[in-house]
Amino acid sequence: MFDLTLAQARDGLRKRDFSARELTDAYLGAVAALNPKLNAYLLVTEAQARAQADAADAALARGEAANLTGIPLAIKDLFCTKGVRTTAGSRILEHFVPPYESTVTANLLRDGAVFLGKVNLDEFAMGSSNMTSAYGPVANPWTRRGDNRPLVPGGSSGGSAAAVAARLALGATATDTGGSIRQPAAFCGIAGIKPTYGRCSRWGIVAFASSLDQAGPIARTVEDCAIMLRSMAGFDPKDSTSADLAVPDYQAACHRSVKGLRIGVPKEYRSEGMAPEIEAMWQQGLAWLRDQGADIVDVSLPHTKYALPAYYIVAPAEASSNLARYDGVRFSSRTDGGDLTELYENSRAAGFGAEVQRRVLIGTYVLSAGYYDAYYIRAQKIRALILKDFTDVFRTVDALVTPTAPSAAFGQGEKMDDPVTMYLNDVFTGPANMSGIPGLSVPAGLDSQGLPLGLQVLGKPFDEETVFAVGAAIERASGFSALPGIRAGVAA
Amino acid sequence: MSLDPATVRRIARLARIRVSEDQLAPLGAELSGILAWIEQLNEVNVDGVEPLTGAAQMALRLREDVVNDGGNADAVLSNAPDRAGAFYAVPKVVE
Repeated sequence: MFDLTLAQARDGLRKRDFSARELTDAYLGAVAALNPKLNAYLLVTEAQARAQADAADAALARGEAANLTGIPLAIKDLFCTKGVRTTAGSRILEHFVPPYESTVTANLLRDGAVFLGKVNLDEFAMGSSNMTSAYGPVANPWTRRGDNRPLVPGGSSGGSAAAVAARLALGATATDTGGSIRQPAAFCGIAGIKPTYGRCSRWGIVAFASSLDQAGPIARTVEDCAIMLRSMAGFDPKDSTSADLAVPDYQAACHRSVKGLRIGVPKEYRSEGMAPEIEAMWQQGLAWLRDQGADIVDVSLPHTKYALPAYYIVAPAEASSNLARYDGVRFSSRTDGGDLTELYENSRAAGFGAEVQRRVLIGTYVLSAGYYDAYYIRAQKIRALILKDFTDVFRTVDALVTPTAPSAAFGQGEKMDDPVTMYLNDVFTGPANMSGIPGLSVPAGLDSQGLPLGLQVLGKPFDEETVFAVGAAIERASGFSALPGIRAGVAA
Repeated sequence: MSLDPATVRRIARLARIRVSEDQLAPLGAELSGILAWIEQLNEVNVDGVEPLTGAAQMALRLREDVVNDGGNADAVLSNAPDRAGAFYAVPKVVE
């Protein structure tokens, strides 16, 4: 049963090969068995999952199958879930129980999904390794060949990616502010898409950097992502930047031909010191698309190298503003002080981890009097140039293909000496957040250590369909079928 | 660009995060490292470029200027560490 993709499980449910309750019970059993090794789930909502599965079986019996009826999913613990603790991976929200449901999770419930529980993440989604979670690191279900030391699953959606890769859910919600869907998907050998900014409502998602945050799915295949995104996306009047556009049939787009599509290869992504295996995988991906009739074209995005430093002004600035609400008064955890200011300062010092404190301080600094123009306004101007780079190349190409990340998964505790070393994980993914364009990661192969590598497909704003078509074409050609050592359905 | 302890103390105060005296210098060095990397943005000519505030390529919508929500004091206060009736409770602010 664990070998089924989301699409196949959906078919099985509709044909009544097995019940939603059987499927959910199987996944709950797998979570109980493997989560102690992985720490992917922070909270398992067993009773709720079984009740939702029973409701799904009743709907199926009535012949009322919705898009995701009976499909067990994991929910990143950044999405507020009504009556179910939501921590954002932070000590400061340790006891926070939202009295409301995020729009994205409400959309999934509307379409019949079963929620197995809430999954781990970097604190407030700030990180590329899941090492900053206040609730401990997540282990990647993959390990290097002949070496069982734990690797990171990437971040910030590390729990989402590890849960899907280890088959502890058929799919997971995730969010991406600088690469937090695509990099963990690549590190865990599965697919993930950050849709266009505005495609999924941000309402009810704990905010990190509001002009960059975007929700999307992580799942085993490109088609599974397409099925999930169809339910997650859609206009929401409660999010002022939600796009009032119809949601296309993304699943159908996965079966489109790429013949005649023009695929751009940005020369600035070919950085000096790129690992030869990453470069080879990239060339292989382009060859697969050429074989299927796509035209491969060299293009230039001249401001690429400035995207990440500009991101590290914009994102911390917005974070310092968004996280001002965690004051020891309104949410969850308080550390007392002699007066109100001390209460604020003590609560925030005790409640925020080191990386969150760093980013709030950087953000406060770049927004402070005397530095605002030099840092924040300059970063916004560079952001405009980054968008213009993309707008210009999308006049001549339909999509871009690049590596997703500069390396395969690294060890827990590596890249921790210097914050900038960790930030550079997002060098290929960050530009899509700065410009708002959609980006998908698809597994393409294994490196010499037996770890998965991903390729990234970038597309025009609101043209996720072409992104899915190109991603699915790479997936078909790669025939990627490798599986991690730790997964449901195999003896440990 | 290097942040001295006095600057770190000032930023931490603005951010309402307690930083102990012995952490000011190491934290300053860490933040300076990040800012030094960001300095490369000064290479870019941004003359005449309009700042881009967000990734949404659309005009913001307006809604009717009417009350459409409210009366949820209990839900709003349900996560308060301390409350007094329909209010958040904090240490005495005014003598």
